Amino acid sequence: MIGRGTAGAARVLVTKIGFDGHDRGSRVVARYLRDAGMEVIYTPPWQDIRTVVKLAIEEDVDVIGISSLATDHLLVPKLMQALREAGLGHIGVVVGGVVPDEDEAMLLRAGVARVFHPGGRLEEIAAVVARLAAAGRADPTRA
Amino acid sequence: MDTPCPDKAPADLAAAEACWQGAYAAQIGRDRPVCNRSGIEIKPLYTPRDRDGVPYLEALGFPGQPPHTRGIYPTMYRGRSWSQRQLIGLGAPEDYNARLRQLLDAGATAISLIPCNSVYRGHDADEVDPLLLGTCGTIINTVEDMALCLRGVPMDRVSVALNDALPFTLAAFLLGVARRQGTDWERITGTSNQSDYISHFVANHMFFTIALPGSRRILGDHIEFMNRFVPGWNPLSVVGQHMQQAGATPAQAMAFTLCTAIQHAGDCMARGLAPDSFLPRFTFFFDISISVFEEVAKFRAGRRLWARIARERLGARDPRSWRFKFHAQTSGTDLTRQQPLNNIVRVAVQAMAGIFGGLQSMHTDAYDEAISTPTAEAARIAVNTQNILREEAHLGDVIDPLGGAYYVEALTDRMQEEIEQIIAQVDAAGGMYAAVERGLVQKAIGESAAAFQLRVERGEEKIVGVNAYRAEEAPGARPALERPAPAVVEAQLARLRAFKAARSSAAVEKALGALAAAATDARENVFARTVEAAEAGATHGEIVTVLRRELGFGHPLVAI
Repeated sequence: MIGRGTAGAARVLVTKIGFDGHDRGSRVVARYLRDAGMEVIYTPPWQDIRTVVKLAIEEDVDVIGISSLATDHLLVPKLMQALREAGLGHIGVVVGGVVPDEDEAMLLRAGVARVFHPGGRLEEIAAVVARLAAAGRADPTRA
Repeated sequence: MDTPCPDKAPADLAAAEACWQGAYAAQIGRDRPVCNRSGIEIKPLYTPRDRDGVPYLEALGFPGQPPHTRGIYPTMYRGRSWSQRQLIGLGAPEDYNARLRQLLDAGATAISLIPCNSVYRGHDADEVDPLLLGTCGTIINTVEDMALCLRGVPMDRVSVALNDALPFTLAAFLLGVARRQGTDWERITGTSNQSDYISHFVANHMFFTIALPGSRRILGDHIEFMNRFVPGWNPLSVVGQHMQQAGATPAQAMAFTLCTAIQHAGDCMARGLAPDSFLPRFTFFFDISISVFEEVAKFRAGRRLWARIARERLGARDPRSWRFKFHAQTSGTDLTRQQPLNNIVRVAVQAMAGIFGGLQSMHTDAYDEAISTPTAEAARIAVNTQNILREEAHLGDVIDPLGGAYYVEALTDRMQEEIEQIIAQVDAAGGMYAAVERGLVQKAIGESAAAFQLRVERGEEKIVGVNAYRAEEAPGARPALERPAPAVVEAQLARLRAFKAARSSAAVEKALGALAAAATDARENVFARTVEAAEAGATHGEIVTVLRRELGFGHPLVAI
C-alpha cells in the first residue's frame, strides 16, 4: 500500500492451511488480536498456499498466523518459500497449535519467527505479532 | 470466634440450616462467587432443602424406566460394561490393522476407524501433498484398503465405529468387504460416527463437506438405507463433542445437540418415516470435560430431557426410541503440553465423570494428545485407565452412584433448566438447521470460547503447569513422534495406482454416472448408489468429486 509508512494498525492474516478444521484456537486468537486493535483478516480453514500468498498481497498484511492442530504445519516451509518468491520476505510468520519439538526446530529453520504452543498466553501472542509487524514495516526489502 | 449455634444440634432442619449459614458467613468472611463452566452459580452446600417436594419417581425413577435420569438400561454396567472404544487411525491400512489387533488384545471390545485428514477433505492419496498423508489417520481410499484395515477382525462380532462423514464412503467400503467375505449385512453392528453434518458446519470443519441442502438429503438417504438393510447399524450419531471442543459450555453443547437431534428427527419424519422406525438407532456423542459434577449433571439432564422429547415432542411410542445412548470422549482441550504426564490424571478424572454420567461407550484420550498424535505407549495407558476404573476402582458396580446426592440432583435440575432455555432460543430461531445457516450457534460458541480463554488468561481458571504450578521442563521429556515412513506412503500410493489399473473402468464410470443421476433425483437413494460405486471399484475421491459437482461444495460458515 503506497504511502502508508509505519503508521496504522498492524494487519494480520489468521488462517489454517492443509486439511484440518479445528479452528477454536485460530478464532480465539483472531478475536483477541482484533480486540487489541489490530486489523485481522480471518479465513476459514483448508486454505492452500497460493490462496494465502494471494491474500497476503491483496490485504497487504504485516504478519501471518498459521494455526495447526493436526500436522498441517508440515506445509509451512513451502509457504515460507512461496512468500519469498512473491517478494513478501518482510512478512513475519508465526505458527500456533500442536507442534512437536522436532517440528518446531524445523519451522524455525525455515524462517518462522515464532511457534506458540497450547497454554500460550494471548497477551504474549499479541505482543510478538505487534513487534513483528513493526519490524516488517521497517524492513528495507519491503516492496 | 463466637458460634451462633447452640451446642446441641437444632432438631429442626430450617433452624439447623440457618445456624450453619450463620457460622459459614462468620468464618468465611467474603465468599468468592463460584460458577461452573456453564455459568451456573454453585453454592457451598446442598441439603435436602434443595430438593423439597421433588417426587422421586417423576424426577428420577428407576434405571431403564422413564424419565431415565438414572440410566437407560435396567442393569447398566452390572449387566455389561461400557464399550471401550478407542479412536485409532494412523499410517497405511496395515499399520492400522496392527494397532487394532493390539487394542483388541488389550481388552477393547469395540473398534473405531479414523481416516487420514485428506480423506475427510474428500481426496484420494494421489491428489494431495504426500507430507500430510497418514499423519493423523489411516489412508483409506478404496474397498481394498478397508479389507486390509479389517483383516482378521470378526466383522460380525466386533462393533465398528467409522469416523465417516457423508457421503459415507467408509460405510460403503465396509459393506463391500462384508459382501466379499460372505458376512451377512444384518449381522454387522457399528456406527456412522460423523454423520451429523450440522455439527461439522457449526464447530468442527474437519469433514468433507457438501452444501447444507445436499448434506441433509444424503444423511436421510443413509439413515433409510441402513435402517432397512443393516438394521444393527447406527447411521446417525448426533455430535455434541465438536461444539464443546470448539468452546461451547457443557450446557450449550447438550442443548445444541438435542436441538440437532430434533432437527434430524423432524427431517426423517418429513420423509414419511415413523419416529419409532429410526429413533431406536439414534446415538449421541459427547465431550467429557474435567468439570466433574457439571458433566455428570449434563449427562443426567440430557438423558432425562431426551426421553421426554422423544416421547412428547416426537411422538415415539417404542421405549427403545427414548433411550439416550451415548459415546463420550475425554476432552482434549483440557490436556496440556506442559508436564504432559499430568494428563493421565486429567483423563482419569474426566473418564470417571463420564462413567458416573452413565455413558454407553467411551474413548479416553492419550496423555500426549496436546503434543502429537498418540504413541503406542500412550494409547495403552489410555485403555488401561478405563480398565483400572472398572476393575480396580469398581466404578461400574452400582448404577448411577451419585444419584440422590443433594448437589448432583440440584445441579442436574439447574443444568436442565439452562439447556431448556437454550433449546427454546433455537426453536424461536426456526430450529437448528436455520440457526446454523444464520451463524447464530457458531457465534454463541465463539463467545464462550473467548470468554473461557480470557478467564484462563486472567488466572481465574487455573490450569496446572500452564498458569499455575509451572515447572521447568527439559525438552527431551516429551515423547517423540510416530509418523509413517516415506516408504509406507509410497507403497500406499503404488497400491492405489495398482487398484485403479486392475479395475474395470467401464464399470466404475457406469456406477459414477448412476450416482450423479441419483444426486439430482429425489426418488433415488444416494447412499445405495454410493455402495454400488464403491463395490464397482470407485475410489473415495471419485465418489466425493461427483457429489460435490452435483450438490455443491459446503463452505464452512464461520465467524470470529
